[in-house]
Amino acid sequence: MARIRPTQVADDGFWDEERPSRGKKAARYAAPVAVAGIAAATIGLVPALASTGDPNLPKISAQELISKMAASDAQQMSGSVKITTDLGIPSLPGGGSIADLGGAQGGDASAAPESKLMELISGSHTLRVATDGPEKQRVSIVENAAEYSMIHNGGEIWAYDSGSNSAFHATAPKDAKAKGDHRREMPKDLRGATPQEMAKTVLSAVDDTTDVTVDGTSRVAGREAYDLLIKPKQNSDSTIGSVRIAVDADNGVPLKFTLSPKSGGKAIIDVGFTKVDFGKPKAGTFDFTPPKGAKVTEEPKAGHKDAPKGFGSKDSKDFKDAQGALSGLKVVGEGWDSVARLDTPGGAAAPTTPGGDSGPGGASGLLGGFGKEVKGKFGSGTVVSTRLVNALVTADGKVFVGAVDKDALIKAANAAK
Amino acid sequence: MSRAEERRVADTGVPRTAHTGAPAGRAANPSRPNPLWALALFRSELAITLRRWRTLALLGVLALIPILIGIAVKIETSDGGGFGGGRGGAGEGPAFFPQITNNGIFLVFASLAATLPVFLPMVVGVIAGDAIAGEAGSGTLRYLLVAPAGRTRLLLAKFTTTMAFCLIATLVVALTSLVTGALLFPLGDVTLISGITVSFEEALLRALGVAALVALSLVGIATVGLFISTLTNSGIAAMATTVGLVITAQILDTIPQLHAIHPYLFPHYWLSFADLLREPVYWDELVKNLGLQGLYVAVFGSAAWARFTAKDITA
Repeated sequence: MARIRPTQVADDGFWDEERPSRGKKAARYAAPVAVAGIAAATIGLVPALASTGDPNLPKISAQELISKMAASDAQQMSGSVKITTDLGIPSLPGGGSIADLGGAQGGDASAAPESKLMELISGSHTLRVATDGPEKQRVSIVENAAEYSMIHNGGEIWAYDSGSNSAFHATAPKDAKAKGDHRREMPKDLRGATPQEMAKTVLSAVDDTTDVTVDGTSRVAGREAYDLLIKPKQNSDSTIGSVRIAVDADNGVPLKFTLSPKSGGKAIIDVGFTKVDFGKPKAGTFDFTPPKGAKVTEEPKAGHKDAPKGFGSKDSKDFKDAQGALSGLKVVGEGWDSVARLDTPGGAAAPTTPGGDSGPGGASGLLGGFGKEVKGKFGSGTVVSTRLVNALVTADGKVFVGAVDKDALIKAANAAK
Repeated sequence: MSRAEERRVADTGVPRTAHTGAPAGRAANPSRPNPLWALALFRSELAITLRRWRTLALLGVLALIPILIGIAVKIETSDGGGFGGGRGGAGEGPAFFPQITNNGIFLVFASLAATLPVFLPMVVGVIAGDAIAGEAGSGTLRYLLVAPAGRTRLLLAKFTTTMAFCLIATLVVALTSLVTGALLFPLGDVTLISGITVSFEEALLRALGVAALVALSLVGIATVGLFISTLTNSGIAAMATTVGLVITAQILDTIPQLHAIHPYLFPHYWLSFADLLREPVYWDELVKNLGLQGLYVAVFGSAAWARFTAKDITA
């Protein structure tokens, strides 16, 4: 007699027609655990696997590598740059930091580049760059659901902030190239934030207080690179431990720039390509027409009092103040150990009493909060430390600033006495 | 049509002839339901879900949001000034709002950005949380299991329905905002957030891609909701837990001290859909988002399977 099996589908077991035993039931939970485990292993292992295996490249001397960098003429490239900075600036509650305050101050709802530069000072950002010869460049900061782009195309410089739908327009000085001053083309621009520019700046500062060596090879953005290690000589007081530049073995383009503090730990500045392509950027990359309804700010002409929105006027006033302050600027020491000495007029920073409502008293109260009091032959003062730059504000209004350790600052202050 | 009747409709697709006296052996499988029948189960599930007043009300609310945003922006800018012109700190507003007045298609992106953090996951959480637990709560689950579908197939049908609902909910938001945007604001060439201008057709394509990405961003929480739904017999409890998880995960995502776990929270890359509006498209986070959602689907989908196939159905 045929068995009576009410509404049962014969199946391969996967479709679970037989009620599974207790053990089988428990075994099923192995599936999600296994999936999670495999995922965790993949997440853990893949970066480790990817980072192994530094490329084998023919040996090269530091001198050869530097000249290779100098000879590099990659005119066309595009890619993504990741920039991570950790200056050790005290952060404020809410995840902000002093650098953010600066950015907010300069914000003013305009798409002017200065405020965006301030944002790069802290945290981690992704930039996308594209270059096609000296006349066409593009840098954009990838933001959350928004982007800030600077586009240089011939005589035009545009900045577009999609977050506020506003644009900033300036004309590049025509004679800038004749002067051979590349950086003037995009004044106050963001290009300084790419590994190339940083490498250029550092190499131009190399002198006899510096050790330059080729320290192995690495892989950056899928390309083989030599690591150029630049270090201050042993007896230096600098807070900078080393600068490491990864140079593309093929065409000499710096791909990664890392500035590490002597105190160890995370790099202070870490800029590197995560993706790079030395082909011609897509047509249209450097075209920009301000979208309908976007607010366009023209660059204020230097020296014009009628510049819009207090921009120029405020700047020039600031500039005069700064000039007044800078009149007392002297640099002592050389190379990595340079200390800038700044004599503030009238000993404005003298009162260290906290609680002043505003003005210098309040400012130095704030300083006292961040800094540490030190004493020396020069008298007493406050040292404000970040991971890169230390500053000593003495009671009689002198300021010593440098990328050197605290003792070197005190030494400089004593010497100045 | 009552719920029980609908269930009967669902069952009419069953090839009943297949079961008469077939041996339980595994060699020949004459009685294996054909794939089309599995589709029928999914179709009936989807129809039942979409015909519920609760679902319709939720979709109605979703459709209302773009209209409200559109009208609000229209009123705000009707005096001729740009959006946020009166305020100092433009750019601090929600994503894509300043562009809406100049191009209606940005209403699609703005609405999706506005609904993705709360409304969409909430609606999906309600549907997903109700999927199994709701049936158990109303006592229909055991009747559903009497049908020769098997628990895995039923779960798959529920899962597919929930996924389809993610897409439907997203499309409701996208289409209403597109229509509202077209009615209230001008359309035309679109300046992408990288400052590059593309034709309206390409922008429409990208908008479609954005909608697809938003729908895919929701599959993670939908699967989690389905898993929670297999844990309890109370539909309300499952919905509340799912929606609560959405909120908790987003709060955790804003705490900087927990940055180590942020990349593994399902809402972390939600707003990455905006990367489709860059030129060239910035794929990194899009890929991460899809990978993360896939991971959630794999882990919680298999957990839901393990739980549901091993569960004692008491209600």
